[in-house]
Amino acid sequence: MPVLYASLLTLFLILIPGIGIGLFNMKALFGIVVLYGAFLIFISGVIYRVIIWAKSPVPFSIPTVCGQAKSLPWIRQNKIESPHTSWGVIKRMLLEVLFFRSLLRNEKGRLKTGGRLLFYRNLLLWFGGVLFHWSLFIIIIRHLRLFLEPVPSFVEFIYGLDGLFELFTPPLLITDLLILLGIIYLFFRRLFDPQTRYISISTDYFPLMLIFAIVITGLLIRHVQKVDIMGIKAFLIGLFSFNPSLPKESNTIFYIHLFLVATLLSYLPFSKLIHMAGVFFSPTRNLKNSSRMERHINPWDYPVLVHTYEEWEDEFRAAMKDVGLPVEKEN
Amino acid sequence: MKKAEEILNDVDLQSPKKEEQLFRKGTYCYSAPLKHQNYLGLPNPREWNPADLDWKLPKNWKEIILEGMAKLLKRHRSFRLFLDICVRCGACGDKCHFFLGTGDPNNMPVLRAELIRSVYKRYFTVSGRLFGELVGARELTEDVIKEWFYYFFQCTECRRCSVYCPYGIDTCEITMMVRELLNLVGCNIQWVVEPASNCFRTGNHLGVPPHAMKETFDFALDEIKDLTGLSVEAPINRKGAEILFVAPSADYFANPHWYTFLGYLMLFHEIGLDYTWSTYASEGGNFGLFHSSELMKRLNAKIYAEAKRLGVKWILGGECGHMWRVIHQYMDTMNGPADFLEVPVSPITGTRFEQAKSTKMVHISEFTADLIYNNKLRLDKTRNDRWVVTFHDSCNTARSMGLLEEPRYIIKKVCNNFYEMPENTIREKTFCCGSGAGLGADENLEMRLKGGFPRANAVKYVKEKHGVNMVACMCAIDKASLPQLLDYWVSGVEVCGVHELVGNALLMKGEKVREKNLRGEPLTD
Ligand code: SF4
Ligand code: SF4
Ligand code: SF4
Repeated sequence: MPVLYASLLTLFLILIPGIGIGLFNMKALFGIVVLYGAFLIFISGVIYRVIIWAKSPVPFSIPTVCGQAKSLPWIRQNKIESPHTSWGVIKRMLLEVLFFRSLLRNEKGRLKTGGRLLFYRNLLLWFGGVLFHWSLFIIIIRHLRLFLEPVPSFVEFIYGLDGLFELFTPPLLITDLLILLGIIYLFFRRLFDPQTRYISISTDYFPLMLIFAIVITGLLIRHVQKVDIMGIKAFLIGLFSFNPSLPKESNTIFYIHLFLVATLLSYLPFSKLIHMAGVFFSPTRNLKNSSRMERHINPWDYPVLVHTYEEWEDEFRAAMKDVGLPVEKEN
Repeated sequence: MKKAEEILNDVDLQSPKKEEQLFRKGTYCYSAPLKHQNYLGLPNPREWNPADLDWKLPKNWKEIILEGMAKLLKRHRSFRLFLDICVRCGACGDKCHFFLGTGDPNNMPVLRAELIRSVYKRYFTVSGRLFGELVGARELTEDVIKEWFYYFFQCTECRRCSVYCPYGIDTCEITMMVRELLNLVGCNIQWVVEPASNCFRTGNHLGVPPHAMKETFDFALDEIKDLTGLSVEAPINRKGAEILFVAPSADYFANPHWYTFLGYLMLFHEIGLDYTWSTYASEGGNFGLFHSSELMKRLNAKIYAEAKRLGVKWILGGECGHMWRVIHQYMDTMNGPADFLEVPVSPITGTRFEQAKSTKMVHISEFTADLIYNNKLRLDKTRNDRWVVTFHDSCNTARSMGLLEEPRYIIKKVCNNFYEMPENTIREKTFCCGSGAGLGADENLEMRLKGGFPRANAVKYVKEKHGVNMVACMCAIDKASLPQLLDYWVSGVEVCGVHELVGNALLMKGEKVREKNLRGEPLTD
């Protein structure tokens, strides 16, 4: 059912520009208005979410420690998984964000006959995640080619690297294939791994399908129904210098590609995809394990009702004196 | 009670099945007694029973919960963030011992959190308000409250899930929030509220008054005299001592905690420590942690207050898991700054405990490891030869403190036979005993045994492989729950504290030839 909803939604999203452009040639709407709108939603949405997180306090120091803490001088500290300095935290966060370190720990529990519980190292999720996210990242970087003039050399470099296997002209880009592989793995994992299937809802399938459709349309306009890259670049540069002109391109698939990207951008801030910004705020990962070394302040701390020593002694004084325990007051 | 061979029969991790009947006997905890709700001044005090249909919630319960949620969202970045960014990747799914032991999908951390995430979406996000069920949002109903109660009192706040989550999402944190919310409408369990109320009144969870405490201490000193021939002292409420020692109260009342207690007393005597116990701050543990941050703070306040009254220089803390979560991560923030104390320095070795320079409280295993490293103790390992030992990391000292090597160092110095359990069940990956966070009651035994299954299973492995017959640990709840757990799943494996092993091995000046260990058993078979 969730898959059905997600696919219907994706199809619907493809149809909108398909009809809009194919039948009504609404270039101004799909080429300009929708894109500006999407960017506005994306930027303000992300800022809004980040501000809300940033504004809510972290009252307690709650890192999840995954290694030996700083202790006696002769005990070797795990400076990355139990950092007590900001530098350590930075290293920990970088490893987490760039290499999904926590997923490297993943293992699957299996209950065998005779009540034996065994664990198997499972790096597939890590691998699928890395494949998907890194490809996506590289694809975004090399799209800068279409926005910037002159093209920065690192973008050219990445683009060149990506097209190393010159199978076609223009060369088939490796990351396009890798990201498809990643998406397909993540998708089928959701569908066929019983545990993951159980927890998945339509909003888990939808982004995968959406990005899948974006990649496919992208491939189509690059290799099959080729578009005029120079024309598109001129159009995009115009768009980003707030001097938009109607795109000359008449290829419907190109508009579908654009529209899906716009959808992704405006969907992102309001969905789980916001994890891309949220991960930096995670207090179990970005705090130092130094809570006995430096006092952590709770901004909303308030006085509470306590049972004071005096009240306490009042209740027990007589009995305490009987057994010879020292007291503050004699009665 | 089902037999160990049968209890897992309907568990299939590969096709998770939801529990159909939530409040089945043996799976849930009793409600808090009225007397103790009243003593602590908790909201909506009443007699009630989770198995009843009518929970006697206040009329405006929904409003209370939603307002409470809004407030917690404002106060805790963790709460909102964790509800926002989970991608349901499932990496945490089979990391929770309760899922591994029950196969109930709602015990996967991700779905445990989803129980409230769905409500958050419905009332606090645009997409949830607009699209409802399509995006996983749901209405808040009384049944949701019941589900919360059932499943959030089936989480031991062990934080294992957080280790594996790529964003560090800590379902323990969510559990703490939901329990706060449940408190607002008066839904809490006996095993949390009663100890907390006892602790508030008498100073310790067991509700032992100071004079009774003094008597048990005398009893312990007699036992030590029998064992060693030495007259040992146990100073109580002594002003002007250098160090205040605070241990979980179970140490001086329960078994096998008792032997760890003897171990502390013997160690402190042997090194001539200038210290004192306290009857007012007679509890290191903190059941407020399982209730609300406010109650945690109320109970924890006693430790610094007592240190100030007695005029000590710093504080030493005993073996306990959740106690150390509070001391390491909350105490200084809640009840500090402890500027009336000094940076802890070991009077025996001169070591400055830099890691505790602000909170001014040192863990006993840090203290003892330092003593041993500096050759201040004379030890006879062979006195522990009866045991083939493994070490169970308490979740809280492992994942909230990173106290991993200190206890291992000590154990290796006082025992000849030590074997680790499999790598993915120890240190930061350790499995909980299944009874933490207030779940150590009798009425939910079936659930506890299921929750403790992964831990027991790892013990069974080293028992079969290396002949392990003793699990050492540093947590009062573990010491209370593991013996029963291991009896059920493994049998023939006992449980001890690290300082019981120290007490056995410790060569004391002027002691008689020891024939028995602290348990009164012959030193070797
Ligand atoms: S591992 Fe983290 S992100 Fe993945 S499902 Fe669990 S809580 Fe969500
Ligand atoms: S904190 Fe522990 S008990 Fe709770 S959900 Fe996570 S793994 Fe399970
Ligand atoms: S009782 Fe011990 S093992 Fe269980 S959760 Fe607490 S610290 Fe962890």
